[in-house]
Amino acid sequence: MQFLFRYANPHNFMRLSGVVLPFTAIGTLLCLGIGLYLGFSAPPDYQQGRTVLMMFIHVPAATTAMNVYGAIAVCSLLSLVWRHPLSDTAARAAAPLGALFTLLGLITGSLWGKPMWGTYWVWDARLTSFLLLLFIYLGYIALWNAIEDEVRAARAAAILALIGAVNIPIIYFSVEWWNTLHQGEGIVSGGTAPVFLKPLLLMMGGYFLLFLTLWMVRIRTAILERRARNLMQAGAR
Amino acid sequence: MSPFATLLLRDIKLAARSGGGAALALSFFALVATLVPLGVGPDLRLLARMAGGILWVAAVLAALLSLDRLFQGDFEDGSLDMIALSPLPLELTALAKIAAHWLSTGLPLTLLSPLLALLFNLAPPATLILFVSLLIGTPAVSAVGAIGASLTLSLKRGGLLLPLIILPLLSPVVIFGAGAVALSLDGLASVNALGLLAAFSFAALLLSPFAAAASVRLNLGS
Repeated sequence: MQFLFRYANPHNFMRLSGVVLPFTAIGTLLCLGIGLYLGFSAPPDYQQGRTVLMMFIHVPAATTAMNVYGAIAVCSLLSLVWRHPLSDTAARAAAPLGALFTLLGLITGSLWGKPMWGTYWVWDARLTSFLLLLFIYLGYIALWNAIEDEVRAARAAAILALIGAVNIPIIYFSVEWWNTLHQGEGIVSGGTAPVFLKPLLLMMGGYFLLFLTLWMVRIRTAILERRARNLMQAGAR
Repeated sequence: MSPFATLLLRDIKLAARSGGGAALALSFFALVATLVPLGVGPDLRLLARMAGGILWVAAVLAALLSLDRLFQGDFEDGSLDMIALSPLPLELTALAKIAAHWLSTGLPLTLLSPLLALLFNLAPPATLILFVSLLIGTPAVSAVGAIGASLTLSLKRGGLLLPLIILPLLSPVVIFGAGAVALSLDGLASVNALGLLAAFSFAALLLSPFAAAASVRLNLGS
C-alpha cells in the first residue's frame, strides 16, 4: 500500500512512468514481433488450417479487454475508498482502451468465426457477453463525459464501474446458461499444443505491455493537460 | 405513519396521478406488444414462440420510461434535499422509491401481461410462468434502474444515458425471465430459471439501495 500511495502522487508518477515507458514500449514491440514471427512459422492446425493464426490476435485481445475492466474496477475502488484523484485519471484513461480491445476481440472473433462456424456472428455465449461488455464500456465512458463537474463525474463513474464489476460475472454466467458454442479455455487446461502455446503467450504479453504503454501515455497526457489548464487559469487571473 | 411509508405512498400517488409515468408505461407496454406482430407477421405459432422474449423486453423498456424521473423531479424542486435531511437513512429512501416504482410500474405490467400473452396465443402454463417470472423479475428492473437513475439525476438529458447504463446490467433478468417461458414451452421445468431470476432480484434489491444512496449523496454534494 505504501508503495502504491507514493506513486499515486502525480509528480512521482510522471517521474516513474517516464523511466518505465521506453522499456514497456520496446517490450511491446519485441513480444508482438517475435510472437507474430513464431505464429506465422507455426505449422497449420490439423483442423483449422491457417486460420489458427487468428487465435494469436483474437485471444489476447479478448483477455486484455477483460483485464482492463479489472484495472478500472480496482482504480475505482481505490478512488472511492481513498479519494485519490490519480486513480480517477487512471480509470478514465483505461476505459477507451478497454472498449477498443473489446471491439478488436469482437471483430477478430467474427472474422475467425466465418471460416470456422460458417457465419460472422453467432449468438454464442462468449460473443454475446463480449458485446454486452462493449456496451458497459460505452455506458461508463458516456457517464464520464456527461457529468461536467470532474469530482462528481469521477465518483459516479467509480460507482458504476464497481456495479459493473459485480454484474459482469453474473452476465457471463447467465449468457453461458443461455447458449454456448464457443470452445472452452485451452491454456491452463493444457489443451493447446506447445507449438501454438509459445507464440500465444508471447502475444498475450505483448498485448498486455501494449495496454500498459498506452495507459501510461494516456495518464501522462491527462496530468499534463490538467497542469496546462491550471497554468492558463493562473495566467488569466 | 412511518417516514418510509409516507414516502412510499407519496411516490405512488405522484406516479398514479397526471404527469406520473404509471399509465404511460402500461400503454407503452401494450403498444410494443401490438407493433411486434405488425413487424414479424401474424403467424400465431411464431408469435407464441416469441411471446416470452417480446413481452419481457417490452416490460423492461416500459419500466425504463418512468425510471429517469425516479430522483430527478425531487432533485430539481429541492425536495430531495429535504428528504435527505429527514431521519430516514438515504438507503431506506432509495428502497422506498424502488418499492414505489415497482408498485406503480412493475406490478401493473405484470398484471397486464396475461392479457397480452393471450394475444400472442401463448399456452396457459407458459402464461403462468411468464406472469410469475415478471412478478419476481421486475423488482430487479426497478432496483438496478434506481442505480442508473441516481447516477444520472443531475443531468438534463439523463433519460438518454440511463438505458445505455442499465440495459447491459439487466441482461440476466431478460435471459432468465424469457428463458423460463421458453423452457415451459418446451415442456421442461422452469424452476431453475425462476430460481436464478429470484436470486438476481434479491441480490439487486439488497445491494442497489446502497449504491443508489451513495450516488444521491455525491449529487447532493454532501
